[in-house]
Amino acid sequence: MQRFSNDDLGRILRDCAGEADAPAWDEDVLDTAFTDLGYDSIAILETTSRIQQEFGIRVEDEAVADLDTPRAFLEHVNDVSAAHSE
Amino acid sequence: MAAAVTGLGIAAPTGLGIEDCWSAMLDGRSAIRTVSRFEAERYPVRLAGQVPDFVPSEHVPKRLLPQTDRETRLALMAAEWALEDAGVDTGQRDEYDMGVITASTSGGFEFGQGELQKLWSKGPGYVSAYQSFAWFYAVNTGQISIRNGMRGPSGVLVSEQAGGLDAVAQARGQLRRGTGLLVTGGLDASICPWGWVAQMARGDMSRERHPERAYLPFDRAASGYVPGEGGAVLVLEESEAVRERGQHSYGTIAGYGATFDPAPGSGRQPGLRRAIEVALADAGMEPEEVGVVFADGAGLPEADMAEALAISAVFGARTDPVPVTVPKTMTGRLYSGGSALDLAIALLCLDRGVIPPTANVTDPVPGLRLDLVLGEPRPAEPASALVLARGHGGFNSAMVLRASDTAPH
Repeated sequence: MQRFSNDDLGRILRDCAGEADAPAWDEDVLDTAFTDLGYDSIAILETTSRIQQEFGIRVEDEAVADLDTPRAFLEHVNDVSAAHSE
Repeated sequence: MAAAVTGLGIAAPTGLGIEDCWSAMLDGRSAIRTVSRFEAERYPVRLAGQVPDFVPSEHVPKRLLPQTDRETRLALMAAEWALEDAGVDTGQRDEYDMGVITASTSGGFEFGQGELQKLWSKGPGYVSAYQSFAWFYAVNTGQISIRNGMRGPSGVLVSEQAGGLDAVAQARGQLRRGTGLLVTGGLDASICPWGWVAQMARGDMSRERHPERAYLPFDRAASGYVPGEGGAVLVLEESEAVRERGQHSYGTIAGYGATFDPAPGSGRQPGLRRAIEVALADAGMEPEEVGVVFADGAGLPEADMAEALAISAVFGARTDPVPVTVPKTMTGRLYSGGSALDLAIALLCLDRGVIPPTANVTDPVPGLRLDLVLGEPRPAEPASALVLARGHGGFNSAMVLRASDTAPH
């Protein structure tokens, strides 16, 4: 199964909610809070629905509240994806 | 104290910004055309006043584009221009001392249409999370508030075409209760198929095909109204504070009255005349002191007659008739944006000493007893203006503006 990468996340967020408040979307953003990157909770909800459309990975709305950094978000999405494909 | 208007932001079919819009209106250049924002050929109503040359990405941060309807993008631009015009640095002010009160008639219709189309064609998972607020009446207020860091008293007024006046009156109230600055006005934009059929359902839009014959308030050929999009944003501040910081003011909000029409068939009088009388009393002014009237101009024979009767009932005893104008003949009716734009144009009229004309009207109904400003602008030095607006469903609002006593710059 294709892994959901940090590049995918950056691209989808940019698409849903515009450029991040960061010099570049790379390793350095992984532990920065979404709110510090300029993305609010609705931007993250919008992102999860795009991920479902594009990757078929369903992230529950309830889980999103605790995923406050790109690293936490990526880990959760890939955990869900792995659990689903087992 | 008085509520002074220090900033104007205009997004109108007749032009973006004060100067473009004002010069088009003085020239009597109408912006009513065949709809180009969608295929209108199959609809019985095909004319509208559309805002020209608006490139959202030039005026709205990229972050906000995916979550905003056209009306909100226009409102964000107009608010920015109004604050700039007022010489306000929002970063230097207490965020709780700045509020936002706007009017809206339909909310973000075009955005909502797109999401409904996704819902029906693809399913609920495809509907944008931003639909939760992007369609909503209060969205312009909310986005202006967030973008400019304004956390003071805020709200939205929904009273159709009367909304622009009602919002400014509410803003004046908050100024009186102590908030230092209010961003106010109204803006609507729903020229999309869903918005179009919703408006058509009222049955009073003009089916005339010729743009110059379609919207003719007070004319014998009146056949309904033409809709439009856009509006205006105003910055209100307390007049003493404005004087202290040496800022130009276009004029002050001197009086306001709002009434509601009785139920159809009740036999009682419509409420417009009383709204005018209440507004004059609130301003402490006599009818003789009003220098110009910006009429609502429904464009329907019965409603035009009712408005003419209300105006002549209040002003008929004057020896010199009061000039009456309907510049919205050049834009169409912009719903909440219409009366906000009328306020902006009336303030420019007071500030610059010339009355913009009513376009296209050439054959007024005989016996109306109105001194209509037709075809050409009329030089005048009005010390005050009365703006009238009626909202579908029975709303009547009247607002009296007084020319600024500070020297123009």
